[in-house]
Parts: sequence; structure tokens; C-alpha cells
Amino acid sequence: MIPELLQPVFVISAALLSIGLYGVMSKRNMLKIIISLGLVDTGVNVLIVAMGYLPGGTAPIENGNYALYVDPVPQALVLTAIVIGVSVMALALAVAMGYYRKTGTLELDKEGVMKW
Amino acid sequence: MKKALAAVISIAIFIVLSYFFLTGSAPIDYLKGGNYTDPITGEQYNHSVPQQYVEDTKNDTGASNVVTAIVVEYRGFDTLGEVTVLFTAATGLALLLDELKRRTLPVVDPNFILKSAVKVVLPFIILVGAYIFIHGHLTPGGGFPGGAVIAAGFLLMILVHTTRGLPERKLSITESLAGISYVLIGLLGLVFANEFLQNYLPLGNFTMLFSAGIIPLIYIAIGFKVGSELGGIMHNLKGVHEE
Repeated sequence: MIPELLQPVFVISAALLSIGLYGVMSKRNMLKIIISLGLVDTGVNVLIVAMGYLPGGTAPIENGNYALYVDPVPQALVLTAIVIGVSVMALALAVAMGYYRKTGTLELDKEGVMKW
Repeated sequence: MKKALAAVISIAIFIVLSYFFLTGSAPIDYLKGGNYTDPITGEQYNHSVPQQYVEDTKNDTGASNVVTAIVVEYRGFDTLGEVTVLFTAATGLALLLDELKRRTLPVVDPNFILKSAVKVVLPFIILVGAYIFIHGHLTPGGGFPGGAVIAAGFLLMILVHTTRGLPERKLSITESLAGISYVLIGLLGLVFANEFLQNYLPLGNFTMLFSAGIIPLIYIAIGFKVGSELGGIMHNLKGVHEE
């Protein structure tokens, strides 16, 4: 069974994921799509960090006294994932800027570009 | 019509995901360990990976922050790749925006409150960022968050000096030097400890500032690199050419 404390976190993660997917599917403004991708990113990161939780665990920082620590590996992985997410978002913003300068709009379906 | 379809699909995904997340088995307690037999040597292990990290970090690396020890020491090569990804993204962004940069955007004069507040706040922002990345092996944080805090200070500078922007050349020199010193620290490990990015400095006193060997040095390099890199990205996204 999932620990009591984790249940809202998992629901928040699922909500972020599906809000992001909704934005990617329904919006046509490039900036809104990029923000939605960021939301999906955050949802996945929240989920991964939450999976490393141990009931009664503290942050994995040793100070001499032994304590119960949460799993440090997901946190290290998410640290990497956040940085990669920032890089991807910056590059996507640059593409959006270039598109705006070329076409004068951020809407994707104005120039015959269809999403689905 | 498509919006309604998208809404239905995402609500369905939400329900399915929540169902699986909430009814699935609990995250595995890593302290219970996993029984594992090495297929080559035939040795028996009853440690899971996180347990190994948590128990050995103190003696292996001397860092009190286990996450930092994993990111910089155990998976240091991975972090070097991560820094490279950030560098590649910044370069690609500069390349994409190169022709756009020559056009000048209309400049809005920043208001007086922002101008005077930045003068007071900026040194403290830089100080906090430097604190975060220097103490990366002792407290939560490290090179990436510290660099991001410093980049937030750069953002304030961009907002205030609307016509001048940031000293792009100095930023790129800082960034290259930081990247080179990261690789050099790793290569010295090849000389003194037989492995790339292996620790070769004394571990020092546990939980003290001068401890953990090369971890603080690498995190200082990463802090400089991330700060100047994100500053450069924001300068490029601003899109005003220096006349």
C-alpha cells in the first residue's frame, strides 16, 4: 500500500502530467506548448523524487548521528533531469523566437502547420 | 471539437495514472536490500544500490551530502556529460538567434524602484549563490542551484541595463575556463589516482568546509559555468545588439 503521505504527491504528479499533455494537444500557441512541456517535466520529476521516499526518512545529509535517510539516487537523477529540462526549454524558446521573426506569429496553424 | 477531445483524453490519462499510482505497490524499501549474485565472480551481495551509497559515502568521499557525493563523485562522468548538454544547448541557442540579434528591439526604460533596488540586492544574490555552491558537499544545493541563483542576479542586471546588456565576452571566457578546469581536475585524477575524476586530495574533517577532496572544487567550477552559461542564454534571448 502507498504511504499516506505520498498519495497527494502522486495525485499532484498525475495532474501535472495530464495538464501538460492537455496543453500540448490542444494549444496552438508555441509559448503555451513550451510551458506545457515544462509542466510534464515537473510532473515526472515530482513522481521520481516521491518514489524515493521512505516513511520517517530525512534528507540524505549525514551529520554524524545516524538517522534514517530517504533514497538519494532519485534525487541525484532528478537534479540531472532538471538541468536537461532547462536546456531543452531554452532551445525551444529560441526556435519559437526564430519562428516568430519569420512568420510574425506564434500560432502554429497559421502557416499551414497542422499539429494533429 | 479537438479541444474537447484533448480534454477527454487528458482527464482519462489523469484517472488512469492516479489509479495506478495509488493502488500500486509501495516504493521498495531500499534498506531491505536486494539479494544479488554477481554473475561473473559469483559473489553474494545483500546491499541495494542506495544503501551502499548511504553507508559508504562518509568513508569513500568524505562528503556529508549523499546526493552531492553521487552526482559529483560516483557519477562524476555523468555530470560532465550533463554540463556538456547545457553547453551544447547554449551554443545552439546562440547559433539560432545569431541573425535575429542584429535587429534592435524597442527598449523600455526600467523604473526607478527596480534600478535602486537592484543596486542593493545584487551583491547579496551573488553572495547567496556563491555560498550555495561552495557548501555543496555539506548542505542541500550545489553547483547547479547556486549557478541558477547567480543567473537570477544576471537577469536583474539585464532588466536594469536595458541598452547595455551583459558583458557577453567576459561571460563566455568565464564559462570556458570553468569547463576547462572541470576537465583538468578530472584529468589530474587520471594522473594521481589512476582514474578519471577520481578523488586524489585528502578527505579532511567530516562536515567541515575543507573536506571531501575534489568535490568542492568541481562544484565551484560547475557553479561558475552554470551561472555564466544561463546568463549568456538570457542575454541571447533578450535579442538586443550592442551598437
